[in-house]
Amino acid sequence: MSLLELKNVSKIYGDLHALDNVSLKVDTGEWVAIMGPSGSGKSTMMNIIGCMDKPSKGEVLLDGVDISKESAKSLTRIRRDKIGLIFQQFHLVNYLTAVENVMVSQYYHSMPDEKEAMQALERVGLADRAKHLPSQLSGGEQQRVCIARALINYPELLLADEPTGNLDEANENIVLDIFSQLHKEGTTLVVVTHDPEVAEVAQRTITLGHGKIMKDMINENFGR
Amino acid sequence: MTKRKMFFRMITASLIRRRSRMLVALLAIAVGATILSGLVTIYYDVPRQMGAAFRNYGANMILLPDAGNGAFNSQTVDEALSLIAADQIVGVAPYRYETVAINEQPILVAGTDMAGAKAASPYWFINGTWPENENELLLGQEVAQILSAGEGDTLTMVYTLSEADEDNPVSQTSEQRFKVVGVLETGGSEEEYVYISMADLEKLTQPAGELDVVELSISASQSELEGYTQTISDRVDGALAKLVKRVTQSESTVLTKLQSLVLLVTIIVLALTMICVATTMTAVVTERRKEIGLRKALGASDASIIWEFMGEGLLLGGVGGLLGAGLGFAFAQAVSVNVFSSSIAFRPLLLPITVIVSILVTGLACILPVRSATEIDPALVLKGE
Repeated sequence: MSLLELKNVSKIYGDLHALDNVSLKVDTGEWVAIMGPSGSGKSTMMNIIGCMDKPSKGEVLLDGVDISKESAKSLTRIRRDKIGLIFQQFHLVNYLTAVENVMVSQYYHSMPDEKEAMQALERVGLADRAKHLPSQLSGGEQQRVCIARALINYPELLLADEPTGNLDEANENIVLDIFSQLHKEGTTLVVVTHDPEVAEVAQRTITLGHGKIMKDMINENFGR
Repeated sequence: MTKRKMFFRMITASLIRRRSRMLVALLAIAVGATILSGLVTIYYDVPRQMGAAFRNYGANMILLPDAGNGAFNSQTVDEALSLIAADQIVGVAPYRYETVAINEQPILVAGTDMAGAKAASPYWFINGTWPENENELLLGQEVAQILSAGEGDTLTMVYTLSEADEDNPVSQTSEQRFKVVGVLETGGSEEEYVYISMADLEKLTQPAGELDVVELSISASQSELEGYTQTISDRVDGALAKLVKRVTQSESTVLTKLQSLVLLVTIIVLALTMICVATTMTAVVTERRKEIGLRKALGASDASIIWEFMGEGLLLGGVGGLLGAGLGFAFAQAVSVNVFSSSIAFRPLLLPITVIVSILVTGLACILPVRSATEIDPALVLKGE
């Protein structure tokens, strides 16, 4: 069953078609990588899927709800309840500790629970760094806090924008292992990347170009 | 953990862990609160301070005999004084005037209470000393010139008890010798008199006479003084109370102008503080646009973001106000000691008022930048811009 469906979606800025009549389905539990060069429409698609922008044309169904018709307030609620976001720049609140950063996501979603936040950090191997501020953590550690924060509310869709873009190889592998684990547990992952190695480990790779889907292929080596 | 606990954890973490940034905002609020609380303290204390300073210019109320309506003596004065708050009475100088002969010249002598006269007329300049013992006198400068007498001289005062008439061909007199201990200079009509103690005058004139006038120096506002004159005139038989309008009116005019000036300065400072705090808060919010975008991306509602930033602002306002209330009192105290040479009493009510005003000012100053913060596009954060 598809969790996310884009039907003839276009995003038009003046004469520029950032997305041009794109249709796409992502099933529940699927791990999809979206690739493409700069200006191919990756970020626009990411913003629309992440409920931070609306398409100019077409429908976007997330868990059966057409989010292209929702108000800004509803989009905030949907984002909070259904989507976990992971950023290239990590974007942690710099004056809150690792565990507090995870709890911020709980705070907006439902009720902060320090024990649960600690468990999320444990899951990404950062239990011993829970009381550290972002400035005291390495880039890889910060990205793992960002993942723990994205996971804490059990989102239906995990949306990652260049999650390994600022990481060295060792940390990149750690993050991809976590993604692999999450996929095995049934989490739906959409990862935007320009790194072929990151795209290769996904179940399916969609390549964008000039706002259109150029290629949509299943990775034969997936899981090996 | 409840949402409220997390809310306080976030705002206190923001204030404590971003100390260097928040210190600037706190300083702006504390300086504003200090000046505000200091000026308000001075504003309320100016009448008392200026009142005390004005008492140097002499009596501001006089009691006169109410002819045909009872005796006017020390008992009448005591009765009148009992109607005035004791802590407001600075000096009471009763005067009884008689004509005596010194060196065969008619001279006006005033019997008074020397300590009272000294307190009621602090501007009197004495060459020598105030009379302290029996048979000592204070010579007005003009009388001193007429008699060619000065400090250290001895003068004989002759008082006519009864004039010569058909039954008594020789007039009856009493006389006493006095030592001049000081010469009075005021530049006014006070120099035309000789001053002796009331006891000495009564000894000279023999029967105790009535008072002619009582000068009062009272540290009170014009409306209070008017109230006192009315009460005394109504309730004390034999006495009429009047204000020395020359003193009370100029005192009132100066006070009103000074208070208006302090009020104006207070309002201007309050406005400047608001601008300063608003600018600082705008800078603080602008600096945290990325964080606001992130919070929105994580699903924070506009109301939630407004509350978090307002919470920080209000906490800062509270702490700044508390600091300002304390520092403001120290500021007012320093001004009072340096300008009026007296200390100020702490007004406990000013503490909550300063804190509340600081919180309100900070809250108002935060509203605009925080509202604009809610318009931040979370997509900017996602793009890493």
